[in-house]
Amino acid sequence: MVKLAEWRGKEVFRRYGIPLPRGRVVRSPEEARAASESGDVPLPGVLKAQVLTGGRGKGGAVRFAATPAEVEEAARGILGMEFKGEQVRELLFEEKLAIGRELYVALTLDRSQRLPVLMVSPHGGMEIESVDASEIVRIPIHPFVGLSGYERRRALRFLGLPPGPAKSMEGILDRLWRVFLHEDAELVEINPLAVVGDSLVALDSKVIIEDDASFRHPEYAEIPDDRTALEEVAREKGIAFVQLEGNIGVIANGAGLTMATLDVLQQFGGRPGIFLDLGGTDNPAQVTEAFLLMARAHPTAVFLNVFGGVTRCDTVATGLVEAMRRVPAAERFPLVARIRGNNEAEGIRILQEAGITSLRQLEESARAVVAAAGGPAA
Amino acid sequence: MSVLIDTDTRVLVQGITGHQGTVHTRNMLDFGARVVAGATPGKGGTSVEGVPVFDTVEEAVARTGANATCIFVPAPFARDAFVEAVDAGVRLAVIVTEHIPFHDMLTMYHYGRLKGARIIGPNCPGIAAPGRSKVGIIPNVVFRPGRVGVVSRSGTLTYEIVSGIKDVGLGQSTCLGLGGDPVVGTSFVDALPLFEEDPETSLLVLVGEIGGSAEEEAAEYIRHHFHKPVVAYIAGRSAPPGKRMGHAGAIIARGRGTAESKIAALQAAGARIARFPYEIPELVREALADAGTR
Repeated sequence: MVKLAEWRGKEVFRRYGIPLPRGRVVRSPEEARAASESGDVPLPGVLKAQVLTGGRGKGGAVRFAATPAEVEEAARGILGMEFKGEQVRELLFEEKLAIGRELYVALTLDRSQRLPVLMVSPHGGMEIESVDASEIVRIPIHPFVGLSGYERRRALRFLGLPPGPAKSMEGILDRLWRVFLHEDAELVEINPLAVVGDSLVALDSKVIIEDDASFRHPEYAEIPDDRTALEEVAREKGIAFVQLEGNIGVIANGAGLTMATLDVLQQFGGRPGIFLDLGGTDNPAQVTEAFLLMARAHPTAVFLNVFGGVTRCDTVATGLVEAMRRVPAAERFPLVARIRGNNEAEGIRILQEAGITSLRQLEESARAVVAAAGGPAA
Repeated sequence: MSVLIDTDTRVLVQGITGHQGTVHTRNMLDFGARVVAGATPGKGGTSVEGVPVFDTVEEAVARTGANATCIFVPAPFARDAFVEAVDAGVRLAVIVTEHIPFHDMLTMYHYGRLKGARIIGPNCPGIAAPGRSKVGIIPNVVFRPGRVGVVSRSGTLTYEIVSGIKDVGLGQSTCLGLGGDPVVGTSFVDALPLFEEDPETSLLVLVGEIGGSAEEEAAEYIRHHFHKPVVAYIAGRSAPPGKRMGHAGAIIARGRGTAESKIAALQAAGARIARFPYEIPELVREALADAGTR
């Protein structure tokens, strides 16, 4: 999931011809001031922190300015601030438009119907979750047909727009559909889409590109995300790694087994906080990398819970033994292992030779990990 | 007949010459599946584990009568492989490949529907009916023929649970691993009627995960149309909202798709709920005993 910052999303919109306010990205107060003085961005203007979490307006990460001096001051205020744990490094500086109504429009996937769905509401400018379901029209779109004229007209009727903005809206719906399709998006959202005179303008953008489609879109590969440093390293090595509050490390394979392991550990008072999903590897070196990564997160104890399918037990055991040899003494952690499935006997033998016991039952293993991590949390 | 596959299933393996394709062809053969052909463009005329390889699916089907396919080809080529199989007349495709873009899956799903072809997966373990056949990658060691049906969105967690059922001396009729991607060819609701109609299945174990609403929809179906006992387990009760756990689409977004909502729905539909995987075998025994005495 590649979540695009507002300005990146708007760059995509611009390529597809969706109307936007005039503006540009700035990275320093001086640059912001220069952009207003040169007339690049007409005043009055608005400066918005380019962060990936919502609620910027209420959080002081959006400011207005009427003069170049105010622009510089506003930029100085927002740049460098920490917004919900994210450092603000970029601002989008745009003209402030005289807006009328604010609308909502989005395209996403309806998993149950297995169809893209167009969502339109006359209530833009607020969290769509807080809008009553009856105020949102949902129009499923068949992928073989695309967005039809009658479906666009249905959306327009629901919004009750006058002829000028309605014409603008028709074009935007068509373009947004093409963004969704051709950019392999999980979500494209314009909230608010504002009426400005006879036209509509996208005041914000929310675009999420699907990770799995990256082979078609190398241009999105370099975009920073809200991952921690270790999560980033893991991603580069092709390991799914999630860091949360908690001191117990869990190495499993498969999302379902990882979650089940977490459920059991919590039941016995453990605080699992570092999760590493080996996925379907059959390369011992990959397993070693995973363990070394886990060591860098400094867990109090680690639970290895693997069911060998694509990943064979002997592969995991070999990789694990190699990792334990390479982890510096100061970073060693107590380990509870439970490996089952393909080549189970061979895997258990390799572990035993290295002095590691593989437990059979999930329940007893979980208790052992919690005990090794210092007992149940109060 | 078991669910979807039986002794007369003639399996084609697309991507048979790759490492996974070769390994799992061997495992399917060992399980007793009739793997009759492989297909890899440019590798026609060779063989893998004694199975003849063809350049095209059309040729493979014409020469061997293959009627189900197991797809291992890499994600960028998976859509093409599936469409080729459907156009050659194959009507059951188990797609093991992971990381297929959901936009491609939308095309595949709707093309399959148009042509009457069913997809299991993608990113799934596939189907196994012990003593009959297997199309997919579930480890052979976890099975023993029996009367417990298993349907799941998970991979390795399914193996863990199926294995647990075997460990207490019970066996399975069919195990169906649907995969947990955002767009799946067959959902719980699509799979439930197959188990309802299957005379070999006395009881169904349903293994769900947080995220999406497939379990809630399954509960609705069970309540009105499913007449066999159900034991359900939902993984991810303690997962934090907003974080993706692993590769799958398991994410709690905006308070939807929580374990609580799924468990409540399944409970209301009469399912027995296991809090942990290791509670499943005992609940299965209870449910079978209840059904037997009624």
